[in-house]
Amino acid sequence: MSEAAEDRPAGGERRFSDRAPGEPPREGAGFARGIRSYLIGLGLAVGLTVASFYFAASGLVWGPALPMALIVLAIAQMGVHLAFFLHITTGPDSTNNVLALAFGVLIVFLVIAGSLWIMANLNHNMPPMRQGMSMPR
Amino acid sequence: MTIAAATAEPDDPYRIGHGRGGYGDSEATGHGAGGPAPRRIVTAYGFWIFLLSDIIMFSAFFASYAVLAGQTAGGPGGRDLFDLRNVAIETGCLLASSFACGVASVAAEGREPIWFYAAMAVTFLLGAAFIGLEVHEFAGLAARGYGPQRSAFLTAFFTLVGCHGLHVSAGLLWLLTMMAQVFAKGFRADILRRFTCFSLFWHALDIIWVALFTVVYLLGAGA
Repeated sequence: MSEAAEDRPAGGERRFSDRAPGEPPREGAGFARGIRSYLIGLGLAVGLTVASFYFAASGLVWGPALPMALIVLAIAQMGVHLAFFLHITTGPDSTNNVLALAFGVLIVFLVIAGSLWIMANLNHNMPPMRQGMSMPR
Repeated sequence: MTIAAATAEPDDPYRIGHGRGGYGDSEATGHGAGGPAPRRIVTAYGFWIFLLSDIIMFSAFFASYAVLAGQTAGGPGGRDLFDLRNVAIETGCLLASSFACGVASVAAEGREPIWFYAAMAVTFLLGAAFIGLEVHEFAGLAARGYGPQRSAFLTAFFTLVGCHGLHVSAGLLWLLTMMAQVFAKGFRADILRRFTCFSLFWHALDIIWVALFTVVYLLGAGA
């Protein structure tokens, strides 16, 4: 079987090479095109930030649901930053970056959720303290 | 099977389960035939791994803050201390700074020194404004007797927010270094690799700040 470079498009551009994190997509050059993704990201991030601060300050969101709403907005904004500022995509040339990120997110989730879970359990199992008795710190 | 069928374009762009043929120079590492990836990619990927480990370190600080947030030892809680207007300005500074850093990387890509220096200067000024506001907030808290020794909550608060502030300060020094290196050596390949790492670092700090202003300030003051 021929092993020649049939997989390459006519331009000779390398087809399956990896993309570095933070590296913008290789579609055309020029200042205006390059800056577009950052502009979109800035717009979305500003919108989400303003929404976060507005919800926290006003009573628009039902009180008990506010923490979840703020956390959802924050996760959305982190996604915007990852996609438009760090250019982490789901494309085949970015697989390594996404897998590393997925592992990082897993560890972050384990550390935070695990700590909260364990400490809540410990607090639950502590005998109630008398008033005026302070816990050793 | 004809040669045309054997070498037809695969449907799966990820080519899962397909061995790579001898393409020469275009393969990722670990597939044998292609040889190592370009240094630009290896460097940025290695720095990406470092950033993720840095984020994992921050997650430990976040976890300790979340556990200790209620332990005020009779002292003030977040509701009494946090000034959300100040935090909103800080957030705006850091976000605009991240955008300016993006402009600088586009300028570096296009080898446009004027735009590069201008964007980097804006990035620096906004980052410095952020640090100034944070130092001002910390000094105000300490002056009122609410330093890190006051309660477990304040210890966790100063550790988490201060660690982010230290990262931003280090980033500001790195930024000046990058400007000086581009000035002295031009847009050389190795300088551009360093600059890519810097811009990754700066954007990652903004991501951490998003988690920080939500968890510490908004949830602490409002919810």
